[in-house]
Amino acid sequence: MKAALFIPCYVDAMYPEVGVGVVRTLRNLGVDIVYPEGQTCCGQPAFNSGFFEESRSVAKHFMDVFEKEREKEGFDYIVCPSGSCATMASHYYPFIFKDLPDERERSEELGHKVREFSDFLVNVLGVGDVGAKMSGKAVFHTGCHQRRELGILNEPRELLESVGGLELLEWENEELCCGFGGTFSVKMPEVSTAMADEKIDALEKSGADTLVSCDSSCLMHLAGRMKRRQTGTRVMHLAEVLDPGNPVNGKVG
Amino acid sequence: MTTNKPALKRDTVDHRKEGVESKVEGFNDRARKAVKDRELHDSVSLFVNKTLTGRQANLAALPEAPELREKAYHIKQKTMANLDTYLDQMADAVESRGGNVHFASTGEDVVRYIGELAKRRGSKVLAKSKSMATEEIELNRHLEEDYADLALDIVETDLGEWIAQLAGDHPSHIVGPILHMNKKRIADVLSETAGEELPPDVKALAGFARQRLREKFLSADIGISGANFGVAESGTICMVTNEGNGRLVTSVPPVHVVVMGIEKLVPKFEDLSVFTQLLARNGTGQKLTVYTNFITGPRGEGELDGAEEFHLILMDNGRSKLLGTEFEEALYCIRCGSCLNVCPVYRQTGGHAYGSTYSGPIGAVITPLLKGDKEAKDLPHASSLCAACTETCPVGIPLHELLLKLRNRQVDEGLAGKAQEMVFKGFEKTMTSPKLLNISTKAGRVAQKPMTKNGSLRPMPGPLSGWTDTRDLPPLAEKSFREMWREGI
Repeated sequence: MKAALFIPCYVDAMYPEVGVGVVRTLRNLGVDIVYPEGQTCCGQPAFNSGFFEESRSVAKHFMDVFEKEREKEGFDYIVCPSGSCATMASHYYPFIFKDLPDERERSEELGHKVREFSDFLVNVLGVGDVGAKMSGKAVFHTGCHQRRELGILNEPRELLESVGGLELLEWENEELCCGFGGTFSVKMPEVSTAMADEKIDALEKSGADTLVSCDSSCLMHLAGRMKRRQTGTRVMHLAEVLDPGNPVNGKVG
Repeated sequence: MTTNKPALKRDTVDHRKEGVESKVEGFNDRARKAVKDRELHDSVSLFVNKTLTGRQANLAALPEAPELREKAYHIKQKTMANLDTYLDQMADAVESRGGNVHFASTGEDVVRYIGELAKRRGSKVLAKSKSMATEEIELNRHLEEDYADLALDIVETDLGEWIAQLAGDHPSHIVGPILHMNKKRIADVLSETAGEELPPDVKALAGFARQRLREKFLSADIGISGANFGVAESGTICMVTNEGNGRLVTSVPPVHVVVMGIEKLVPKFEDLSVFTQLLARNGTGQKLTVYTNFITGPRGEGELDGAEEFHLILMDNGRSKLLGTEFEEALYCIRCGSCLNVCPVYRQTGGHAYGSTYSGPIGAVITPLLKGDKEAKDLPHASSLCAACTETCPVGIPLHELLLKLRNRQVDEGLAGKAQEMVFKGFEKTMTSPKLLNISTKAGRVAQKPMTKNGSLRPMPGPLSGWTDTRDLPPLAEKSFREMWREGI
């Protein structure tokens, strides 16, 4: 099994440890990994703001890079540690290329290869337990793209429930958006913050000491607000929880 | 209700006089205030949580809901593709039963038709049942202004709408017009009207309303209603209500006027079996509303009830220009309000922030479509694009995709502004060049140093201050993933 890594731009620049977690988790399972270094961003910020033309340029760049890599290396899948960016490439490229038949076809072909990290583990590799251990009580936040466009709801839970020493808790209104929404968070900061506050209230009520998600963007938003509110909950991407090389991993009790 | 509108202790501004249209712009400012109003937040949560619980239970008991949704979408699609034909059918059917039909291209047209009718008949009291179409065109305000000499007493008879009217307030939700008010506030409003202190007790308040409204039903010359559906093949109006006021409005006064948006048509009577099941479950969380009324023309020979005179106004008001466009699906809406209930933005702001008759995701979509992008510039952005609206919509309108398309249309029309245009040109340039991205990342690392405190960037200047005013922002990592990869993981 060979997989190409698609590391979202902000994960690359701000949360490299998430990418590292993906690499180590997958290698541990015998996956051969390539990383096309020409990759930049999926184009979602422009798309969500209505700048479709600009997002099409970035999407074309993305397709060029991964198609070239595929010719060279022949990977089976593109794995991405973000439900949101995976959705952009798999669902919204065909949407923005609706009127451009060539690009649309290319985007559909490539889109079928794109898999969010937990989806890849459970549904492609058939692994629901990577043998990770970590003590704590966690709640899981499903990013909205992961929930609604991808429908990957049970996979991260299965993986987390298999983590030795970790208890997965339920929390109130789990399906509510965290309020990030890309540029929404700066265009309508008060509403966005109020949305985060409702999530954090529920988090505090749940008794969890760890918040896990498959999207670092939601986590960046919630963690940023939590820090301001002085909520001390630990925030981790699923790839960090499963990472065999993470220092917190393997420490139980 | 201009003649005896009570003076209120709180919120004495009669918003109806300001007009809905003039307030559409400025979602952001109103939302900013609304999110701080905890009382409002509690009222909104109470309503939406209750409705969502009922919805969930009742949809779980309807295993064919996904198929019904599909059917509903296709019925609406077919209706819009042949709307001309169905409108003609509807008009013919109503006329053949002795009813009058009027095609109104604008709201003013509707006002004129009803105003002239009232003038001709010498009507004084007009009783209304809940109707979003008449809210949309501000029928009451315009009739009061344009036909001031008639001194019309126009009374909303839906309990919530009546309280909103007494308070000089706008409805804040398609289904629950005064969900923004708590019991205490409602008791205050009704006490002012009663001229005595009424307890904040549902029974007592409803009892007072029933007695007061009954007088209006009996004295009304014209009953005005909306329509949930219009059946083209039979000319039947279908109205669903829970209070029974709709039945009184449409049968007690000698004249019944229906104001119906042209998109409310369904071709066949049997289509209603699809829509009525979806509407109540999604709108109020009920299996079926308490009353489902079918009205076909005026009282016929040998019939015991019904109005003597029946008028159907088929209102366009900007709808037909959406036919055949990429926004046509917005016309499939059956006004159940479900997208408002699940919307995390609406949940925080309530309906008034939208400044439009229609709030929540469907309001953010149809308001700019009906009024123009310039008039409602903020609204397509009043969404985190979480797509809960699309997921819940009982007729399958891809609401969040329509919001995206509206954002794109703003960009094409040059409404996004120079600053944003520059940002995304820069974004395009950087993200199509790995080299440039690399340089920008490195430059960012240097630039952020003096702004980093306790592992966070704050406070940031410019548009990023929107973030850092309320949230910490992590700095760029010392090493990017791609640098780590090169060094070997």
